[in-house]
Amino acid sequence: MARFVGRRLLYLLPVLLAVSLLTFLIASLLPGDLAYAILGDQATPEKLAALRAKMGLDLPIWQRYLHWLWDVLQGDLGRSFRTGELVLDAVLDRLPVSIELMIMAEIMGLLIGIPLAILCAVKNGSAIDRFFTGFAFANLSLPSFMVAILLIFLFAVQFNWLPATGWVPFSEDPVGNLRSFVLPALTLAFAEWPSLMRVLRSDMIATLQEDYIAMAKAKGLRPARILLVHALKPSSLTLVTITGINIGRLIGGALIVETIFALPGIGRLLVGAIYARDFIILQGVVLFVAAGFVIVNFIVDMLYGVLDPRIRHGRA
Amino acid sequence: MTNPPLLSVEGVSVELPTPRGQLLAVDKVDLEVAAGRTLGVVGESGCGKTMLSRAILQLLPKKAALSGRIMFDGQDMVQLSPEALRRLRGPSLAVVFQNPMTSLNPVLTIGTQLIETLQAHMGMAAPAAAKRGIELLAAVGIPAPEQRLRQYPHQLSGGMRQRVAIAIALSCEPKLLIADEPTTALDVTVQAQILDLLAREQQRRHMAMILITHDLGVVAGRTDEVAVMYAGRVVERAPTTTLFSHMRMPYTAALLAAIPKLDSPPHTALPAIAGRPPDPTRPLRGCSFAPRCSRADDRCQAAKPPLDTADHIGGQYACWHPLQPAAVARA
Repeated sequence: MARFVGRRLLYLLPVLLAVSLLTFLIASLLPGDLAYAILGDQATPEKLAALRAKMGLDLPIWQRYLHWLWDVLQGDLGRSFRTGELVLDAVLDRLPVSIELMIMAEIMGLLIGIPLAILCAVKNGSAIDRFFTGFAFANLSLPSFMVAILLIFLFAVQFNWLPATGWVPFSEDPVGNLRSFVLPALTLAFAEWPSLMRVLRSDMIATLQEDYIAMAKAKGLRPARILLVHALKPSSLTLVTITGINIGRLIGGALIVETIFALPGIGRLLVGAIYARDFIILQGVVLFVAAGFVIVNFIVDMLYGVLDPRIRHGRA
Repeated sequence: MTNPPLLSVEGVSVELPTPRGQLLAVDKVDLEVAAGRTLGVVGESGCGKTMLSRAILQLLPKKAALSGRIMFDGQDMVQLSPEALRRLRGPSLAVVFQNPMTSLNPVLTIGTQLIETLQAHMGMAAPAAAKRGIELLAAVGIPAPEQRLRQYPHQLSGGMRQRVAIAIALSCEPKLLIADEPTTALDVTVQAQILDLLAREQQRRHMAMILITHDLGVVAGRTDEVAVMYAGRVVERAPTTTLFSHMRMPYTAALLAAIPKLDSPPHTALPAIAGRPPDPTRPLRGCSFAPRCSRADDRCQAAKPPLDTADHIGGQYACWHPLQPAAVARA
């Protein structure tokens, strides 16, 4: 197991390096001159040149990349030229909000998706199966801003059960904090569960045809044990992959949902940075999000090994 | 036979829907197995022997239509509730599947798969079940059983996996074991070991056994009675010794002739049965074997011969033109 983890970690390094290069290139190749963006249209050519020299913008691009990479490795993602805030601080400030939202959304998505997938796989081809598969498809085609507005209308306006927008820190009011996350997390979960359910359902249908399921039935095991122990575990590799991709995506915050529900997460930081042409923040956030994505997928790889001993023992 | 048989299969048919029409996999089969006896079911691929075993176990695909009665230990398996069936499987009725590469769950340890059966039926606590599991693995000839409990199926060879599957099947002391081609997927060197293990455990436990195979040689010394299946029907049925000495059905003879013999000179062509079994979605009016049979005439094309006791010593056959016992001396 240790060797397996070690080998995967080794693969991680070139991927992270490539991520940093791409992030840097995208930010550098965006139209617009950083010095110009900072000084504004009143700046003289001399001032612009001086600032470019100070920031190293006149160096060849590969030198700038190496300088930047060196800083990043030391934990210095730069400073917003507008607010003067350190990028790392800005990200770490907002990260807990996005992570809490992501965790709640994934839990809700899995709580809806897994039981429905098992039900539909067992009742494969029945009216129940067709209803939920169709419902999932319909759900998948609803954009999240629509779902958000519907949920706000229902639970915040009509029933007045949950806050429509806003956020309180967990340390001040734990219950209020959790309540403020319910609707945004549910909105995200509505986009998550259909895909989770559909992949698990089809994998589970395939697994239920396996000889070892017939064997488990022939052993006289209880149906719940056959489904949850014998069938669910070998069917969940794709589910874990999709969940991993979703988590990786949500680490970067949920732009629309965070904006609608006024949650101070990474997504809103990113939207703000784009509006303000704050390239330094933008670059830092993108790097952070991309690295987070890669690391989550590394963890997913590890989970494969936990789920399937054949992968763990290197005989995939 | 004074006691009622442990298992009696009465007029069982299994139909499967396929894109090309209804497929009659099993056609009005009657069989009996008494407690402690062994029955060999022999036939080539696709003759319905696996579907018959699935029917007995009530593990048919959902779309399959079953008719007839399957009486096991005084109960009609077809009428039983799912929960009653569940209680029967394991302690009364167990199975060893053909391919041990696919019949063990790849993501659960050998120990889990063995112990869960004991816990489900024998009411054993985990430590007692683990101890019993080690005894069972040792009994089926697995070295270092304590370590095996923690291993996964892919860490074991095919023969070892089949031994594990047998240990699981035997764990709740079943009254009837169905072994569905238990050695077909294994190396030749291991096949005899597994068959001997099954025979030994069957005798020791006084358990009834149905041994399903395509190889007449496998049933020869190891069964009390043999039923030969062709195109979903039982075409000959007799006590094993009678079958080999007084074979009546030309198909059985052809099946026996198709087994390679050690004493035939090198490069002898194997007398394979020409042609293929009939399309099971288009049943023939006459004898199913007629198109491949050298003795067939108009009568065989026109009418299906019934499975008859006629002049078969202790057995039955379905043929209009049976072989004369003398003619089969060395088919």
